[in-house]
Amino acid sequence: MTTPGGLLLPLAVLIPFVGVMLGLALGGRNAQRAAMLTIVAGFGIAAVIGLTFVSAGQPITYVLGGWSPPLGIELRADALAVAMLAMVAVVIAGIGIYARADFATPEGAREARAPMLYWLLLLAVWGSLNLVFVSGDLFTLYVALELLTFAGVPLVCLDGKGETLRAALRYLVYALAGSVLYLLGAVLLYGECGTLDLALVAQRLRPGPVGWVALALMTAGLLAKTALFPLHLWLPPAHAGAPPAASAVLSALVVKGSFFIVVRLWFDVAPALPGLPAAQLLAGLGAAAILFGSVIALRQERLKLLIAYSTLAQIGYLFLMFPLAFDGNSGAFIHGDALTGGTLQAMAHATAKAAMFMTAGLLYKAYGHDRIADLGGAARSVPLSVLAFAVAGVALMGVLPSGAYLAKKLLLQAAQASAQWWWDWVLQVGGFLTTSYVVLVLAQAFRKPASGAAPPKAVPRLQAAAALVLALCSFALALAAIVGPVSDNLLGNPFAPKELAATLVTFAGGAVLAWGFGRRHADAAGGSLRRAMLAFASTLQRVDAVLRRWPVAGISLLALALLFGVAMRANASS
Amino acid sequence: MSGVILFGLVACALVGVGLYGFIVNPQPLRKILAFNVVGSGVFLLCGVVARRGAAIGLGGDPVPQALLITGIVVAFSATALAVTVLLRLYEETESTTLAADTPPSTADAKRT
Repeated sequence: MTTPGGLLLPLAVLIPFVGVMLGLALGGRNAQRAAMLTIVAGFGIAAVIGLTFVSAGQPITYVLGGWSPPLGIELRADALAVAMLAMVAVVIAGIGIYARADFATPEGAREARAPMLYWLLLLAVWGSLNLVFVSGDLFTLYVALELLTFAGVPLVCLDGKGETLRAALRYLVYALAGSVLYLLGAVLLYGECGTLDLALVAQRLRPGPVGWVALALMTAGLLAKTALFPLHLWLPPAHAGAPPAASAVLSALVVKGSFFIVVRLWFDVAPALPGLPAAQLLAGLGAAAILFGSVIALRQERLKLLIAYSTLAQIGYLFLMFPLAFDGNSGAFIHGDALTGGTLQAMAHATAKAAMFMTAGLLYKAYGHDRIADLGGAARSVPLSVLAFAVAGVALMGVLPSGAYLAKKLLLQAAQASAQWWWDWVLQVGGFLTTSYVVLVLAQAFRKPASGAAPPKAVPRLQAAAALVLALCSFALALAAIVGPVSDNLLGNPFAPKELAATLVTFAGGAVLAWGFGRRHADAAGGSLRRAMLAFASTLQRVDAVLRRWPVAGISLLALALLFGVAMRANASS
Repeated sequence: MSGVILFGLVACALVGVGLYGFIVNPQPLRKILAFNVVGSGVFLLCGVVARRGAAIGLGGDPVPQALLITGIVVAFSATALAVTVLLRLYEETESTTLAADTPPSTADAKRT
């Protein structure tokens, strides 16, 4: 059944693709103009969808061609989808403003390859993501997922250099393995339930071998596309090698598409199927991702690789909500505080990570390199960029009232309510680790410039402002969440002694970790504690290098599918 | 052995062979081919599912066939994209290995 305002959903998907077609047909400078128009229109549609949803108070649905499921296809936007639609619209708008300076068609040229492609791909990513969020059946989700990959891969190799082409091919080939596993699972579910519609599958699917196998395969395949540890072989080179405006899209948005589908499957399609052991496994991978991603981020020489590894860690953070959202009484995953927290974390990460990659691009522009050790004096010479990085970093740490702060509070609350104290620890240590790499970069930026270093060039104000505004969005997110689904007693006074102490402890913990693990010029010097920490870090790096080899990553993918299946089976028999 | 079981087993074998090839072959072109072999297995399974749905008396369930055709188009596009990137990679670097694990900008760092 189509609800009032239902037509907005197909529009949200179609408008970006119409923009792609227009840009392709008009070419050259007009591609950018078409993209700008589309961004304005798409932003408006996302806003209207949000308002319609809030005023109606129920999901918006649209039945394509008047054919209702099981034969027809329904588009559906619930609270989760509306939140993600809005987040993507904001981030795309921010990136669009930033990218105007980097991807303008050069004066005198009629058409340049990279700018033209960039604008088309940006819109294609947007349209595919919107389709992921609103699609109501398993196969449309598959098509959307593939579209997203096809739009994301060329973004990696926009500059056409050998290394980025290799990164793009790694990404594409590994993502294809993931999507074929997803498709296999979807076909199995169709065979079992005789429908692809998510709501109908949810009604008809009973716990049993087919359900376990299908869900395990789909989950493993989607994790490969999300690059959850240990399936991350493609992420660091792909995200660090792309141009900054493209890295921002890939890191902030593209990985959220497959993450969203995992959430859909576990919370809406088969909430009673996976059970707690599988969720613990999922969150365990997340915890490992936080540890590996953060520590290896601290060992990086270049800022963009540091941010790429930080994405790896933050993806891990997103999966911590699964065991916390499990309701022991009903034996199912429920929409509640933990899911709200996880969604807020995903949204906060999207805005903050986009801002971080943008500032990395600005620093590169100013200095001609992005070696962290040589960024001394940046705080004085490019203050707006460093401020944007700092704000984005603080937004990720979750120390001041921001999206990530509320997310952490909600998850901690859920961990206490469900008596899973170990996730409490993971969340706290994860906060320290996030703080550590932000502190490391800022400490370098505030140092005195090395004598004899070339003075940095000025960077466009507008670009820095776009990054700063996106970073600040995380704080606006907290306000929106308080007005909306989150009770406001979570948002304490940030200057109350207890909150202040927590903030200080997080910064102190982060500083200690940054001191211990951080890369410095004189790495050999230091006491026994520092040496022990460095030895630990290099062990993690070696393990990471092994895990990112092709055969190992391929076996990990299948092994994870197997483990998920076994965990679901074990849950059913216990 | 009924046709449904036979085709089901063949589908399983194709998926298995494809996944094995995907893991052990270092060459990207072979990985892309392996992906296509797995894909064929999945599409065959789709056909089996359609036939099983025919138990209610129809000649065959048309929905999986529609999925199959769409799936083939998607797999074809994926293969085309992957082969294009592979060719470009060969033109740029004269090698097709995916194994080199150098972060992408060591090359830039050397250049500057």
